[in-house]
Amino acid sequence: MAARLQFCGVLLPALGLLGFSLWLLTDRAGWRAVANYRRLFVDGWFVTVELSVCALFLSTFIGLLLTLLRRAPILPLRYAARIYVEAVRGTPLLVQILCLYYGIFHQLGIENRYVSGVLILSGFSGAYISEVIRGGLESIGKSQLESAKAIGLTRAQTYRFVIFPQAIRQILPPLAGQFADLIKNSSLLSVIALNELTQNAQIVGENTYSKLESYVPLAFGYLLLTLPISLWTQRLEQRHKFET
Amino acid sequence: MENEPMSIEVARVSKKFGAFPALDDVSLKLETGELVALLGPSGSGKTTLLRLIGGLEQQESGRIFFDGADAANISIRERQAGFVFQHYALFRHMSVLKNVAFGLSVRPRAKRPPRAEIERRARELLKLVQLEGVERRLPAQLSGGQRQRVALARALAIEPRVLLLDEPFGALDAKVRKELRRWLRKLHDTLRITTVFVTHDQEEALEIADRVVVMNQGRIEQIGAPREVYDHPASAFVCRFIGNVNEVGAAFIRPHDVEITSRRNGAPSLDAVVEFVNTAGAVAKMDLRLEGSGELLEAELPRSREAELALKPGDRAFVKFRDVRTFPS
Repeated sequence: MAARLQFCGVLLPALGLLGFSLWLLTDRAGWRAVANYRRLFVDGWFVTVELSVCALFLSTFIGLLLTLLRRAPILPLRYAARIYVEAVRGTPLLVQILCLYYGIFHQLGIENRYVSGVLILSGFSGAYISEVIRGGLESIGKSQLESAKAIGLTRAQTYRFVIFPQAIRQILPPLAGQFADLIKNSSLLSVIALNELTQNAQIVGENTYSKLESYVPLAFGYLLLTLPISLWTQRLEQRHKFET
Repeated sequence: MENEPMSIEVARVSKKFGAFPALDDVSLKLETGELVALLGPSGSGKTTLLRLIGGLEQQESGRIFFDGADAANISIRERQAGFVFQHYALFRHMSVLKNVAFGLSVRPRAKRPPRAEIERRARELLKLVQLEGVERRLPAQLSGGQRQRVALARALAIEPRVLLLDEPFGALDAKVRKELRRWLRKLHDTLRITTVFVTHDQEEALEIADRVVVMNQGRIEQIGAPREVYDHPASAFVCRFIGNVNEVGAAFIRPHDVEITSRRNGAPSLDAVVEFVNTAGAVAKMDLRLEGSGELLEAELPRSREAELALKPGDRAFVKFRDVRTFPS
């Protein structure tokens, strides 16, 4: 309880300070102008949500696939997955968007910005997710597998009853963090003129000449999505603590 | 138990890890119902041998027989070997009861006992390992000694025909280790399952095993009853590894075979100087420096005898050896 009071004791003055500086730095006319475009913010926010949800599923799938490939009995497959993960993690997402969208997708005739955006974002996140899954699987000691073997479990039973239930506890908190990153990273898709939240906020900013008044709602739009995930992650991590 | 314990024969088995020969032409026969210790320093191949018997590793050459049948044709599931690992390896996400029952509850339907029967058996086993009342706890909520007993109950649940224990008490503190040691001996006397356990602790091996297999560098140095390997070591290695031993020239002398007098009494003896006396313990321990060769000698003598002698560091003493062993090099 005392901790909660202290937390509010910091949060409220901080919010006050933020409000005060916004009041100083922005003007009523600017806010009014931006408010006329509220439809764009709402639409953009829903596009961001849609993109994120699609990419969330696709990137989880890609992450799982990469994990499987990295454990495949065929060596070239393992190398390919490894190279993919390192290439994706070693280059900026912005560069990937530019290369893939303008360089490759255009050549292939994939013009749809939504499809391209989801594909690029998922490919990027999937590489990170495969690392998260790998870490979770590797945290399960060899002796767990051996004792499963010794008491007569089949390979499938070992995965189902021993590896998976233990790995999921390790994986969930960092995975939730990945999803928050994914949502934030979707803002970079504005460079291919995909009318998600960031792109729309930029349009409003340019049309109204009220930059700050356009970008503050933008920031809150993302917080609205990432804060719940962040709180959920914390709860997951805490629950995990009791077990070790 | 519906399954009879079995005999195991290891015939000329070799196994390499890379260029390192973990086992080099090892042969061994384990009788039905026997409790055998594989004893040796780390890297001697004892754990590898255990894992080969359990089917967790494959040998490069040689064969292993279970009751006369070649184990190569018997899958791990069919071997019915109960395995206990040094670091327990309990399923961390399952309760104690579930850990124990798990091996039975995942059996194919035809071989699976009904649920109530599985639970009854698991509870019975927990009673056997003296762990009633903790059924609902998670492994993390138990002490090391309790965890190891759960691991043993889990291994016993699948009605093993052989129990394989890999340094089962290695991670526990000395007091618990001693308790569990005695308890395992008693348990074995009741269950009479053929049991193999790996240890690097010679005291542990001598205390509970029917027979001790002393291993070194991938080979078996000696197989024998505890008393036999202690009193009649087959090699210098066994003599050094089991119990304390003094080496004077080429001779091996146990500390309790060193006889000390404070006066020369006519019988042939060696001159020595007392360096250190420790009387804290069941027996008095004395370090002596031999004159001439300058070799250090450890002696153990009854405390009454030590009091009689009343020797202090720096005093002159005379030593004789009751029993001396030599080994061809």
